[in-house]
Amino acid sequence: MSIATVFEIALAVVVLGLAIWTIAVPDTYSATVGFIAYGLLVALIWVRLDAVDVALTEAAIGGGLGGVVLLGAAARLRGTEAMTMERPSLIVRLSAAALSASIAAALAVAILLPPNPAPTLAPDVVSNAGATGMANPVTNVLMAFRAMDTMLEKVVLLLAIVGVWSLASDQAWGGRPGPRHQADPNGVLAFLARLLPPAGIVVGIYILWTGADHPGGAFQGGAVLASMWLLVIMAGLVDTPPVRSRWLRLVLVAGPGLFLVVGLGGLCFGSAFLAYPAAFAKPLILSIEAAMLLTIATTLGLLLAGAPERSAER
Amino acid sequence: MSVARDIITVAGVSAGVFFFFAGTVGLLRFPDTLTRLHALSKADNLGLGFVVLGLLPQTGGLRDGLKLISIWMFVLLAGATVSQLIARTARQSGSGE
Repeated sequence: MSIATVFEIALAVVVLGLAIWTIAVPDTYSATVGFIAYGLLVALIWVRLDAVDVALTEAAIGGGLGGVVLLGAAARLRGTEAMTMERPSLIVRLSAAALSASIAAALAVAILLPPNPAPTLAPDVVSNAGATGMANPVTNVLMAFRAMDTMLEKVVLLLAIVGVWSLASDQAWGGRPGPRHQADPNGVLAFLARLLPPAGIVVGIYILWTGADHPGGAFQGGAVLASMWLLVIMAGLVDTPPVRSRWLRLVLVAGPGLFLVVGLGGLCFGSAFLAYPAAFAKPLILSIEAAMLLTIATTLGLLLAGAPERSAER
Repeated sequence: MSVARDIITVAGVSAGVFFFFAGTVGLLRFPDTLTRLHALSKADNLGLGFVVLGLLPQTGGLRDGLKLISIWMFVLLAGATVSQLIARTARQSGSGE
């Protein structure tokens, strides 16, 4: 048994143990912390499987931004949790466990019993990589071969924002999301919020740019940009923008909008919806990705900032 | 030449693992928030520093080496800031006892 195998077995055991602990622990806050650590360890598993693109996304969304959303929810629930001490009845708990177990079993059957040989399009992806001028197969699939899925995924992000905003009360509609954060302007958090964003913005754009040929892309880069924005908001250096603001709405629709325009262009001038002309494939894809980077960063930041709570006036 | 590089890597990563181990033991065993933070910062700063130092001879070139070092610098920055914030909150809420 090689060292790598020992490491993989240890990783699997730790991930399974952490998952069970996250379910079993009664305290919401502890479960949240367990889930964040779980996301980071699952990212390590993706690295071992040579799926670095997925690992980056899992670390950024599952471990990072998703963790912040859950921590915020846990902090909100803390007040009500102490009051409602009664637990759901045994039947409810048993049926919830049975439902979860059957979903896990169905997933296990789907993953463990593939037809032999497993159906795969990977050779086609590799042999057609030259069509777009980009070397990263994941980016090729996301932006060219299955571009329709990626476009709809961005529309889903917009729907999520609409869902969060619709929780606003009537008085706060159009106002600024989340509380106004106050921090010592000479404190350590404000210092970090001034020092880190210049480097973080460069890293975010670099992850987008390198995504053409290496692991990376708009979603991972957008997550880094969103975290920089949130850091500046949490340090109290800037306020969240009012959701009625026109430029904010424009940025939110920029990514899917440009995607749609290019797709319709393919219908008019090319062979099909979202068919890129071969000579312009790479510049077109890069400009869509640049617009999507802005949209994703803004959307993720606003998803974490929450529903509008305050009127736009200070 | 490659043997010398491997020796540096094994020595560096082993030293890093030692500090991570000591930091984890401290995190689990120390009695209050401030001393636990003290133990944790050893793992973050020295442990990761030694791991990065050990990995430097294995990198393909100057660019990869600089990336590794900048990751260590970012972790130093984030770790120091978060430790300050946690320690301040612990002291204000009185749970640092």
